[in-house]
Amino acid sequence: MIQFTLRRCLLMIPTLLAISFVTFGIIKLPPGDFLETMIAEMQSQGESVDPARIAFLRQQYGLDKPFLEQYLTWLWGLCHGDLGWSFEYNRPVSEVVGERLTLSAVLSLATILFTWCVAFPIGIYSAVRRYGFWDHVLTFVGFLGLAMPNFLLALILLYLTNRYLGISVGGLMDPEYLDQPWSWGKIRSVAEHLIVPVVVIGTAGTAAQIRRLRANLLDELNRPYVVTARAKGLPPGRALLKYPLRMSLNPFIADIGSLLPQIASGAAIVSVVMSLPTTGPMLLSALQAQDMYLAGSFLMFLAVLTVIGVLVSDIALAALDPRIRLTGGATR
Amino acid sequence: MSGAHFVSREPFDPHAVEAMTPQQERYFRASQWQLMWWRFLRHKPAVISGAFLLALYVATLFCEFLSPYGLETRNTEFILAPPQGVRLFHEGRFVGPYVYGLDYRLDMDTLQRIYEPNRLSVQPLRFLCRGTPYELWGLVETDLHLVCPSRDGTFFLLGTDRLGHDLLTRILYGARISLTVGLLGVAVSLVLGIVLGAIAGFYGGVADFLIQRAIEVIRCFPELPLWMALSAALPADWSPLWIYLGITIILGLIDWTGLARAVRSKFLALREEDFCTAATLMGAGSRRVMFRHLLPSFTSHIIASATLSIPGMILGETALSFLGLGLRPPIVSWGVLLSQAQNINVVVLYPWLLLPVIPVVLVVLAFNFFGDGLRDAADPYS
Repeated sequence: MIQFTLRRCLLMIPTLLAISFVTFGIIKLPPGDFLETMIAEMQSQGESVDPARIAFLRQQYGLDKPFLEQYLTWLWGLCHGDLGWSFEYNRPVSEVVGERLTLSAVLSLATILFTWCVAFPIGIYSAVRRYGFWDHVLTFVGFLGLAMPNFLLALILLYLTNRYLGISVGGLMDPEYLDQPWSWGKIRSVAEHLIVPVVVIGTAGTAAQIRRLRANLLDELNRPYVVTARAKGLPPGRALLKYPLRMSLNPFIADIGSLLPQIASGAAIVSVVMSLPTTGPMLLSALQAQDMYLAGSFLMFLAVLTVIGVLVSDIALAALDPRIRLTGGATR
Repeated sequence: MSGAHFVSREPFDPHAVEAMTPQQERYFRASQWQLMWWRFLRHKPAVISGAFLLALYVATLFCEFLSPYGLETRNTEFILAPPQGVRLFHEGRFVGPYVYGLDYRLDMDTLQRIYEPNRLSVQPLRFLCRGTPYELWGLVETDLHLVCPSRDGTFFLLGTDRLGHDLLTRILYGARISLTVGLLGVAVSLVLGIVLGAIAGFYGGVADFLIQRAIEVIRCFPELPLWMALSAALPADWSPLWIYLGITIILGLIDWTGLARAVRSKFLALREEDFCTAATLMGAGSRRVMFRHLLPSFTSHIIASATLSIPGMILGETALSFLGLGLRPPIVSWGVLLSQAQNINVVVLYPWLLLPVIPVVLVVLAFNFFGDGLRDAADPYS
């Protein structure tokens, strides 16, 4: 098991390197660099631009070096926790992003927990009572959840709560807690404000998970060993939970890898709509201002979050299923 | 001892066991595509969704004719006017479809525009009438519309936006962009997915390893933020048409991974089959084996999974345009229309700006059902 974990961790390194390369490529993609934007802005405001200063800045940021060298410098800084310089805020990126990364991670984690807590019982129920009334209702709701873009769901929920309940669910905490040190009251307020975004972001993922669990469990329930277990007098509850459910769990856990990017996508745009102080709105404003180092570190962060998620799911799978542990086969 | 045994008096028919009813015969002689078609017809939601989508795509060809106003017609006296419901009876008397005219006043306290239906001003709708002139497909110059407001009247079935554009007209024109973005994007992702998946699956080895790793890396990035970053990198001085093409390519560039994986696994399974070996032995080059022998054996699967990835692209375009990173006016798509509803205060005052949500959801649902039906039909022998 330890060997498996170690090997899996080592495999992560080339993936992370490739991700960082792609991210840096995207950072460098827009034509021109930040300094050119700055020069244009200063000129439009009638300020004179000192070529010596520009040359100095260019050299300081290493913008005059070839692509690969810039990449390596950036990567080297990344390993030391130096994410580069945010041109828009004129501060190091790591200072700017600070709390937002934590909040994004908390939001993603809460959404995954929500997805499982909801998808699990409903999926089992739908499989056991196949083609029952509630199965049809839940399947339909699931389809709606898949088809409804979550930012629009957020907008509609905001509209409805504002219209009929007269409350605003936007933001991450009550205004009185802003800029306050962390306390129980603040944590409670944050938790209350998290509920709506978590539900909104989780809808599509939950719907997909329910369908998958239902399909997997249905496959298992038709297997002869279940019939045998029933025939030998195992109580229906145990005959369901002990073997078929365990078998259908594998894809469920392996799915973290595809669930996490989906949640990160949803969280980014829902946060913009609901003005949550997570990475989403800042990523958007950074992209609009072409503050590429800031945007790049968000992309990097989201991708790393996924890589870690896949790692956790692989290890969990190996812990649950000896077949994977012993053959060491990749599950995705 | 030979006992008495039963002998049938009927004449012997050697084909009795194999005789088939006409239905069976029809079934067994049907081609594969015929079988798929029958199988597809059994999936009622898919058939309905398919018909719905077909109707929508046909409608996008004629949206100039279907919409009551021109795309750029601005009704400056009716900015942010609420929807006008169509009525049939006026004071107990049947007058045919008509709307009440709108009375406008400015609330001097809140500076909010207030429109109230005027019960006295009955404005019957006109059908197949003369309205804003347009050129159908750039060929025929005409001004024929399916429905127009009465002379000097207005007809805003879904209200107007903050520039006084009729929202129904905008939604009809927006369908043109929103519905084709998915198709073009899928075309890009099909080409990439099939070629790369085929190379990975057929040759294996280093090519397979590299392509697999590339897919893994791309899949690590959340789709939407990556789309956002790439479309933010599109040069701002591009013309709207180029931006549109750029967006479709970006959508396809990230979406091909799933398709490539499916194609790869099919190739891996099929390249050991006898018909493939036979083709190779008869001197077929690898490209011919790949695209002439292997690919057609699972075309239906590819079509089904491509259909299922269209809704994701439509949603992607909507989200990007909603955020202001995708298409921008003067191009009209459903996402561009929704970007007016970004602010919750605007939505509370003018909820009809949220109406473009409905076509988005309907189309995405329809594509999901349609794709589901295609996927079931893709394997008619199961």
